Amino acid sequence: MCGIVGIYLKTKKYEKSLGKFLSGMLDNMATRGPDSAGFAIYTKENKNNFKYSICLNNLSEQDFRKKISKYFKKIKLIRYSDHIIMETKDKPQEVIKVINEKIKEVSIVGYGKSINIFKQTGNPKDVVKKFKLSSFSGTHGIGHTRMATESAITTEGSHPYSTAEDECLVHNGSLSNHNNVRRDLIKKGQEFKSENDTEVAAGYISNKISEGNNLKNTLTSSLKNLDGFYTFIAGTKDGFALLRDEIACKPAVVAETKDYVAVASEFQAMAHLPNVNSAKIFEPKPGVVYNW
Amino acid sequence: MNFDLNKKKLTDINKYLQNIDRKSNVRKFKIENPSGHHAICAGLKDDIDVTINGHTGYYCAGMNQKASVTVNGNVGTGVAENMMSGKVFVKGNASQSAGATGHGGNLVIEGDASSRCGISMKGINIIVKGSVGHMSAFMAQKGNLIIFGDADEDLGDSIYEAKIFVKGKVKSLGADCVEKKMDEKSINELKKIFKELNISENPQNFKRYGSARKLYNFKIDNAGAY
Repeated sequence: MCGIVGIYLKTKKYEKSLGKFLSGMLDNMATRGPDSAGFAIYTKENKNNFKYSICLNNLSEQDFRKKISKYFKKIKLIRYSDHIIMETKDKPQEVIKVINEKIKEVSIVGYGKSINIFKQTGNPKDVVKKFKLSSFSGTHGIGHTRMATESAITTEGSHPYSTAEDECLVHNGSLSNHNNVRRDLIKKGQEFKSENDTEVAAGYISNKISEGNNLKNTLTSSLKNLDGFYTFIAGTKDGFALLRDEIACKPAVVAETKDYVAVASEFQAMAHLPNVNSAKIFEPKPGVVYNW
Repeated sequence: MNFDLNKKKLTDINKYLQNIDRKSNVRKFKIENPSGHHAICAGLKDDIDVTINGHTGYYCAGMNQKASVTVNGNVGTGVAENMMSGKVFVKGNASQSAGATGHGGNLVIEGDASSRCGISMKGINIIVKGSVGHMSAFMAQKGNLIIFGDADEDLGDSIYEAKIFVKGKVKSLGADCVEKKMDEKSINELKKIFKELNISENPQNFKRYGSARKLYNFKIDNAGAY
């Protein structure tokens, strides 16, 4: 099953409530995916600094600070349960290399100038609480509740998948040609951390974008190249896009008001949003890319 | 009698409506704050009138018998699925598989219905005042699917003896579905349905589609169609 949600704010009115809205949406989708949950929340872009979302696994914050300080001097760490958001001017190339080679205990969940990303196993209701999602403000966010089907219940198996700067993807469904696509992408230099099918879709999108395609064209091309069932929500620092495969077995509903656009697997995920009963509510058409 | 889903549990409301005291004169009910809950008003079996104010989730008014259910909002997947009799009115849009496997009664959707509307229908009348998504009336066996707007790809794929009427455009017909003559019998049938539901619409404006009856029994000539 799995539940996916997304909310994009068209005006500044609800920026401070974004985390609270997204938290409620994930909470309501716990029934569709009780195994793990995750979310990406986009805050205002910081032009000079990069933010790295890091899962500490079993390493303590102190030990991580000690280890990372050997390589980078000017860093700011904010801890949320077993995740840390690290802010620094140091560029992704260096930081990712150091963490992957020297601090193998931790894993990088995502990075960018605007994205904050958290994911963990456990009931979504607990996951959103432990990462204090309600306290976040921002411009847009996407989230996922997982009912594991094709790979194990682990942090690496949780969504969203972020495979490039400020990009991420959540997916309801399953892909059938992910092994072939993964092999092709590895040849092109894309790296993968898990056996998960969604990570392949995220890698596919990042690869196409890095070749100069925009998000809309990239998703349109995935209709041809990614085989299986899916509703995708793909996030970038400017907004997000939604796509259902052409068979459209996986659900999605959109609610749009003058202040926001909300997307979810089921309407009940958005029933708590302000003025949702008077929103324009529709089901996205199969095989059509919607972006905001 | 009014129910508020913010205050009362869905299972309790459904249980009440499913077990109406037949001596009671209270026949009209309202449900507030449906908030997308699933299976609201599923399994009603008495001649009662229920109005739901807001948007519902999956299988709203599923398996309905005799009751009249009105939703002042949108409905999720499978509204009135397997309905036996009665009436279901949706004032907004419906998600996929509206009226699936319905045996009887009338389902009226004021807005659009998405994919697989009337899949495997078995005698229900489904009236969609907007358009329907792809694969509507897939394997439909009996009843009428009446579409005021357009129909997406593969309308009536592998259809049996259900009838489809479309006023707008059909993007494509599915396997074994063909356009048929709008004969007098069909016009009278539509007139009767419209009259019963107080719909002022001229049956002559519709085109009729149905089964070419070439897939019923396996013929070697049809092997290519499988």
